[in-house]
This record gives sequence, structure tokens and C-alpha cells, in this order.
Amino acid sequence: MARLTTENVGVAKEIISRYPRPKSALIPLLHLSQEQDGYVTEEGMQHIAELVGVTPAEVLGTCSFYEMFKLEPVGRYVVNICNNVSCMLCGSDELIHHAEQRLGIKVGNTTPDGTFTLESVECIAACTEAPALQVNYRFFNKVSTDGFDGLIDDLAAGRLDDDVPAHGTLARVRQHIPDDRRAGSIPPEGQTEPAWMHLNEPPASADGGEPS
Amino acid sequence: MTITDAPKILTARLDRYADAHTIARYEETGGYQALRKALTTLSPGDVADEVKAASLLGRGGAGFPAGVKWGFCPPGVWPRYLVVNGDESEPGTYKDRLLMERDPHQLIEGVLLASYAIGAAQAFLYIRGEMPLAHERVAQALNDAYAKGYIGRNIMGTPFSVDVVLSWGAGAYIVGEETALIESLEGNRGMPRLKPPFFPAAKGLYLQPTVVNNVETLSNVPWIVSNGAAKFTELGADTSKGTRMFAVSGHVKNPGVFEVEYGVTTFRDVIMAPVYAAGVRGDRKLKAFIPGGASSPWLYEEHLDLPLEKVIVDKAGSMLGSGAIVVMDETTDMVKACLSVVSFFAHESCGKCTPCREGTTWLRQILERILAGYGRPSDIDLLMDVSDNISPGLVWPPKQTTICPLGPSATAPTASAIRRFRHEFEAHIDRGMRARGEQPPPAQAVAEPAFAGRDHGGLE
Repeated sequence: MARLTTENVGVAKEIISRYPRPKSALIPLLHLSQEQDGYVTEEGMQHIAELVGVTPAEVLGTCSFYEMFKLEPVGRYVVNICNNVSCMLCGSDELIHHAEQRLGIKVGNTTPDGTFTLESVECIAACTEAPALQVNYRFFNKVSTDGFDGLIDDLAAGRLDDDVPAHGTLARVRQHIPDDRRAGSIPPEGQTEPAWMHLNEPPASADGGEPS
Repeated sequence: MTITDAPKILTARLDRYADAHTIARYEETGGYQALRKALTTLSPGDVADEVKAASLLGRGGAGFPAGVKWGFCPPGVWPRYLVVNGDESEPGTYKDRLLMERDPHQLIEGVLLASYAIGAAQAFLYIRGEMPLAHERVAQALNDAYAKGYIGRNIMGTPFSVDVVLSWGAGAYIVGEETALIESLEGNRGMPRLKPPFFPAAKGLYLQPTVVNNVETLSNVPWIVSNGAAKFTELGADTSKGTRMFAVSGHVKNPGVFEVEYGVTTFRDVIMAPVYAAGVRGDRKLKAFIPGGASSPWLYEEHLDLPLEKVIVDKAGSMLGSGAIVVMDETTDMVKACLSVVSFFAHESCGKCTPCREGTTWLRQILERILAGYGRPSDIDLLMDVSDNISPGLVWPPKQTTICPLGPSATAPTASAIRRFRHEFEAHIDRGMRARGEQPPPAQAVAEPAFAGRDHGGLE
């Protein structure tokens, strides 16, 4: 299973319809593909290229720029420990070292059973909660070495399944624009001034052109 | 201490209510009334004038007045787009994620008011990929606001119609730069565009006039429209009006995100006051602090009494940037701290410009070898020379030999650390040389390498 499922093609088409140009949907669709398969497959990128109307090479070109897209299988849980300045000051080096010992792998690798991938990452915007880490992009704050062991035990035992879905799943709420409320995506060509630009202006200046 | 009783414009609701993110709580606490006021009594121009009069400085990093930015769109060119920058990732910075997770409707109302004011045909809310909770909360808030008729076609029964589209990133700091963000929104690799000609206000998304505003900036707009610019400018001082969120992290007792009166509160207040970060951990001495995110030159003990005011901090040789204060105590190894910040920029360089792509990597490699005990006495001047090639003269505000400010940002920590703590670099190098049985050179009394100030013809 690597091309998008019928259900996901429906989701993809809805996402594409929100943008003035289909290519703008590339990153959201790559996330969708990764959510389906746990990583981004070649077949997935080919399918996205068909849906968006670009070449597969263009999809790969975009995909390969962004750190979150994995082009090879990763563990069910991707553990990202922040190594940036606030976390470094609060002990992230020790935490990363401990994580390598605990999981028996070096940063950048996956445990042989395919459960955990360990990464050392740049700032995750949790600087006041240092040292911080994410598991599949869910935050865990002020993590001690003991706290890390407990977290790994809980994840391995499935005790956090409700909070931490498998790698690839980001938001579990999708935007949905109801048809009867949709203003529509506005292409860059052939547009005129929006109808509301002179709303609530005094009548005398109604033909005044641009707002100041 | 100057701890004022300024109202909390941005965080009052989320401080008080655990369910501040729900539409029910937002409406109950005055939500969407600013939008109603605007659509029933104010013209788009009136809203723009009000924000301009409030002198609302952008909260993303550059600190450019939002109202002025809105006015840069060339007249008569349609459509215009609004892009919301929710790609918070400057090291030390944590505020936009909080606002998106805990009070998404306040942001959405700000987006709608800005769209109304500039005449945006469509708005795109770009959230950093690594923030699924923010994404879920904003998606739910958008769905609820659509259902209530606050977004979409003929909002509140008026001609005002706009879709707000939730979009997301996938892990790239550079996308926080506005032209790179636009590239990313067009489905491309997030590499910055050259300015000119690609100033977003003139040639932005799909080469149309585009306003790019930060999450915190837009979250201020409902309050300004409800209460008026005059109430907003009563708060703050000089050029910095209203309130602002500062994240204080690192070696402090009570790290946190604090909304304080802008321009009045000092670094000493937010770092030392018991109600804020409560002082340096273990009551140790403060060695240095990063005042405005990883891109900003470091400040020291003697700067603690500076107010958090844009122009004053600019004049002191640094910036308030993204409101991220990182405190380092006396136990900090400044070479290691420098490497941490430099590594970030080396990792996040998009690779488009040679001075940044190569230079940041060289800086990282030189720092790594110094820390590993293989440094050479000439390495310190080499670090300054490489930095000087990325940002000629190592002056403030920085000059750049690159398209965007990322490369020059990486020179802030090296220049700061070497100018103030040169002896720590020398100590690492000496230690390594002695370990290999070599004799380190006598200590040098070089205040500043001779090349500083040399003009490479970089862009202002």
C-alpha cells in the first residue's frame, strides 16, 4: 500500500481544492502519504504528482528539502531530543547520551525491532520546558533520565497509544470547509477589487478608491 | 524593578481558562465582537488606520510596524493574499505555539480583521509541521468558526468573504523567513527569494501583493480594534507599544513565557523578578544572556537594566528579535554554547548562498575541533575571518553577503563569544596542545582582528 487509498484521495482532493494553485498542496499531501504509510514512498510521490499535476521529480524535490519527510521506513516512535541552546544548557547532551544507552542505538538509527528511531533535533519551541523532546511530534517536557526510561517503558507497553499515534499521523482534526460557507480559493489572475473594500465608508468618499 | 499592572492583551484568557481554545469560551469572553464592530461600523481603511495608529510592531523578529506593512501593497493590484507565519522555530522562542494551542480563535479573529483591512482574497495560516496540537486546535477552531458564520462567504451577513486555509510546514527553520515561507506555500523547497524584486507586499504569493504577519502580531489586532489604538499606545514606551510575550529559558529558576508591558519592563525584571523567571539558578552569577533568539548578539550583566524597548536594545548592539531570552550562568562553557547556536544555523542553512552554506559549516567544524582539543592558535582569528566573510565588518545591524539574514545570524554568537570570552577559546586550544606535548603560544592581546570593518561590499 503506497499509492493513496480511495479515502485519502478524497482527503487529498479536498485539500487541493483550497489552494489557488494545486502545487501549493504538496506539503500537506506528503504529510498525508506519510500518515498512511509511516514514511513517504516512491509510489506515494508518483500518485501525488498525478493528483497535483507536476512531475514526480518535482514532488521529490520539495519532499527532500524538509526534515520531517522520511524517505525510508522509521520506527513506530520517532524520538526527537532537542539539542539546541536552551535544552543544551539544561542537560540535553546527558539526555541524548542516556537515550543512546537505553535504546542501544546511536542518534539517527532505529532499534532492530522497528519500535524506536532516535534523533537529535534543532529547537522545537519548548525552550522554557528544557530539556524537551517529542515522540512523533508530541511534546514531553523537562525530561530527566529516569523520566526518559519511564516514557520508553510506557511507549513500548502501548500505554500512551491514545496520546501518541504511530509515526506519520500529525493532527487528528482536519480542516473542513462546508460547501455552503466556502468563499472559494481565489486564483491570482483576473481579479478585481473585493466587494467589501468600501463597506461602512461615508457615502461622500464611496468613490474614493484605495483605502489609506 | 518596574513590574507594571498593564493588562494582559494576549494571555488573559488562556491564563484564566483551561478551555480558552473553545469557541464557547471565546464567545463568552467577548470573542468575535471586534470583528462584528469592524463589519458593522468600520471601513477596511478605518481598521488599517487603527492598527497603524497603534504602532503595533511585528512580533516575529524584525519588529517592523504591522500597520505600515499593510500599507505597502500597491494600489489597484488584485488579488492580495494574507499569509500568517506560524513557523516558530528561532532557538529560545516559545510564544506563537502557546497562542495557537491555547487561544486559536483570538488569532483567527486577528486574521479576519487583517484580511478585511487589506482586502485579502484569501488567507493562509502556515503552522510549523512539528506542532500537531497547535494544528488540531486551530483546525477545530476554524471548523467551529465556519459553522458559526465567522469565516467564509458573506461573513455576518456582510459582503466580506474570505476563506482561511490551514497549511503546514515539514521541518525547516528557514521557512520562517517570509519569502521562503511563500515558496513553501507554493509547494517548493523553502529557499528565500531575492529582495528586490520579490518584496512580498509587491510580488509575494503567486507573485501577487501579499502581507505576511506573525501569529503574536495578529493576535493583538482584536484587542486594538475593540479598545482603540489610543488604549494600546497608553501601554509601553517610545517606539514599543502595548505588551509583548517573552520566553525566558536557560539557567533560571522559573523558566516561562511572560506577557509584560513593552518598552518599560527591563531585562532584570523578566530574568530576576520572583513573578517572572525568579533569578539565576542556584543564585549563581549571570555570565551572559541571549536577548532575542539565537540570531541576536549576546548581552551581559551591564545590560540588565535596559528596558525591553526595540530602539534602545538595537542601539546597545543587539535586538529583541523574537522575544526569546536565554540565560547562561557562570558555569557555562561559552565555546560550547557558541557551537550549539552555530550548529543550528549550519544545519538550517538552505544552501542557496555560498557564504552561508559553506561559512556556517566551517564555523561549526572549527568550533568542534577546538572543543575536541585539536584547535590551533590561529583558529580564533579564523573564526572571525569566516564570520566576516558572511557578515562584512561584523557590525550591528549586520551587513550580509547573502540573500537572507540566516548566515549573518550565525556570526552573532561567534563574534559575541570571541569578543568577550576569547580566553575560553584559548584555554581549550592550550589544553589540547599541552595534551599533545606541544607548547601553546603566549597569550595574545588582540582586541579585534585587523580585518574587522573591512568592506566586502555586502548589502546593507
